[in-house]
Amino acid sequence: MPVITFRDALNHAIREEMQRDDRVFLMGEEVAVYQGAYKVSKGLLQEFGEMRIVDTPITELGFAGVGVGSAMVGLRPIIEFMTWNFALLALDQVVNSAAKMLYMSGGQFNIPIVFRGPNGAALQLAAQHSQAWESWLVHIPGLKVVAPGTPYDAKGLLKSAVRDDNPVIVLEGEMLYNTKGEVPSEEYVVPIGEADLKREGDHCSLITWGKSVLVALQAADQLAKEGIRVDLVDLRSLRPMDVAAIVKSVRKTNRAVVLEEGWEVCGVGAQVVDYIQRDCFDDLDAPVLRVTQADVPMPYAKNLERAAKPDVAKTVAAVKRVMYVE
Amino acid sequence: MESGTLIYEDRMAKKKAEAKVETSGAAAPPDRMALLTSMLLQRRFEERCAEAYALGRIGGFCHLYIGQEACGTGAISVLRDDDYVITTYRDHGQALARGMSPRAAMAELFGRIDGCARGRGGSMHFFDRNTNFLGGHGIVGGHVPLATGVGFAIKYRGGDQVCLCFMGESVVNTGAFHEALNMAGLWKLPVIYVIENNRYGMGTALERASAIHDIYQRGAAYDMPRGVVDGQDVLAVREKVAEAVHRARTESLPTLLEVRTYRFMGHSMSDAVSGTYRSKAELEEYMKRDPIMVLRMRMQAAGEIDDDGMAKLDADVKAIVQDAWEFADASAEPPVESLYEDVYVDSTT
Ligand SMILES: Cc1ncc(C[n+]2csc(CCOP(=O)(O)OP(=O)(O)O)c2C)c(N)n1
Ligand SMILES: [Mg+2]
Repeated sequence: MPVITFRDALNHAIREEMQRDDRVFLMGEEVAVYQGAYKVSKGLLQEFGEMRIVDTPITELGFAGVGVGSAMVGLRPIIEFMTWNFALLALDQVVNSAAKMLYMSGGQFNIPIVFRGPNGAALQLAAQHSQAWESWLVHIPGLKVVAPGTPYDAKGLLKSAVRDDNPVIVLEGEMLYNTKGEVPSEEYVVPIGEADLKREGDHCSLITWGKSVLVALQAADQLAKEGIRVDLVDLRSLRPMDVAAIVKSVRKTNRAVVLEEGWEVCGVGAQVVDYIQRDCFDDLDAPVLRVTQADVPMPYAKNLERAAKPDVAKTVAAVKRVMYVE
Repeated sequence: MESGTLIYEDRMAKKKAEAKVETSGAAAPPDRMALLTSMLLQRRFEERCAEAYALGRIGGFCHLYIGQEACGTGAISVLRDDDYVITTYRDHGQALARGMSPRAAMAELFGRIDGCARGRGGSMHFFDRNTNFLGGHGIVGGHVPLATGVGFAIKYRGGDQVCLCFMGESVVNTGAFHEALNMAGLWKLPVIYVIENNRYGMGTALERASAIHDIYQRGAAYDMPRGVVDGQDVLAVREKVAEAVHRARTESLPTLLEVRTYRFMGHSMSDAVSGTYRSKAELEEYMKRDPIMVLRMRMQAAGEIDDDGMAKLDADVKAIVQDAWEFADASAEPPVESLYEDVYVDSTT
């Protein structure tokens, strides 16, 4: 199976979907002439032309709304945010227009749109450029939210997102774009709403998504050396969430750690813990622990940033704590 | 941007083939009786809305269009069936002018299943796919980028439809307005932005909110054709919008049109008609130029209608509104089981 980068996996997904359906177009800052701020759209302008690969001014609120308006009358936009930090300016359109239009119109106007871009912290980008927004987005009925952690999932989920007739949020990661993985050359999609067991184990469930999957894999490797077998549940989709997969895993292991990039308070992990306490109350042998970013704006200094971010060591420690070892 | 050669077929393309093609910028001779009828229907409809609101039949925020009917009526009268209309929460009059059934409109206000949005939208969120009425939107400025997006889609498909986007004058102070008009100017999109300048955003006078007072001059910032027109004169509005529509259809150019008008009611049903921000005397002065009166007097002078004709028309319109009320009253509440419907559409994936 060919091994490609996360970036190319996204690029191939967009290209294939644009070839398949001429209602699909890509719009955002620097997507065309510059070939993408993170080069995800490399080569697409040359292939599809400027009507379908559209550079915008720096106008997040505006072009998010342009996408929604065009989707109301039959197009299928892919809206790229340079990063989700800047999408904050567009949240009115994501929440008040895209997510609610179908309901508010009594079922008359669905919005088949994809909002995508990198989410979460990269390296030393400091407070305004290092934020994980999933809890804000997952909160909204009417949106679907996916957060792939591997090139395979990135391609398969983005293709599903483009084909979905609802608004779908795709959370990527600057730190993921260069990571590599096996991606089949044949056509496939990853259905929205299905978790994937990335490691099988019977000692402790480790539940995560997106970029944190890489952290979780390393933590699982380290724990394996000490004889602790982790059941690594990669949620992949956050709304709808594969609650059955969570429950199945926790009933097997009786212990769980939820790992996420974002802040602790009202994070997506809190929702995961709620599902666990509802459905696995009698199965638990220890309280569920969460590993999150420290409850501070992201600092710049290398050592402080390291201290703020969830990492392998913190994840390993949390798993050991719920195992009551050390 | 060049319009692509796309095989995508819009569902409205069929309608388009049947629709009349305009050959010049001049509006076809107006059917003045139709304009009068439409405005009178809106007026009588909303008078009953006020009554229903007082009786508790209508709830929530409810913004009446009374006094401003000529704006929407004149503008919409030059559209084809396959064109698009999008607007704010002050949407009853425009929806009716666009051809929404008064029954569906009243049922929506009553929160009933036969409403134009199945009782999910209410006064502020009228939608009607059949008339390409793309909604009533409640966030000030929020729908303006949507209109630009509709214009983008028209150009993308290589069509010659237009999108008519109504808004209040307060909208021009929002970021969304600026962002949306900049892109429409940049990409030359077939959108007509109609600003209904009724002088106030809630209780804030235009002069206390905008750095410039000739609102249409904002178009200069986007190199956009622009103009201003008397919003109490339905024929004048129609003329101006016809020019803009022609420009949009034939040259794919946007227009910013300021329509000067006045609302005769409070900002919403929970607001006094006059009060701290405007005087009764000012209101009375403006009410002398009631848009329905203005057209009626002109038609009367031309011998197109007399007092008897007017009385007959009024009775007919009132009967339509009464029928809408009865229909809405008889319509069922949406079943509670439907609460979770239409959050997502079943997808093909
Ligand atoms: C973003 C936003 N801020 C505030 C409000 C509350 N609000 C509703 S209507 C309105 C005044 C708008 O005035 P204008 O645009 O002139 O329209 P008009 O009501 O006069 O038709 C305000 C402040 C809102 N709906 N959205
Ligand atoms: Mg106003």
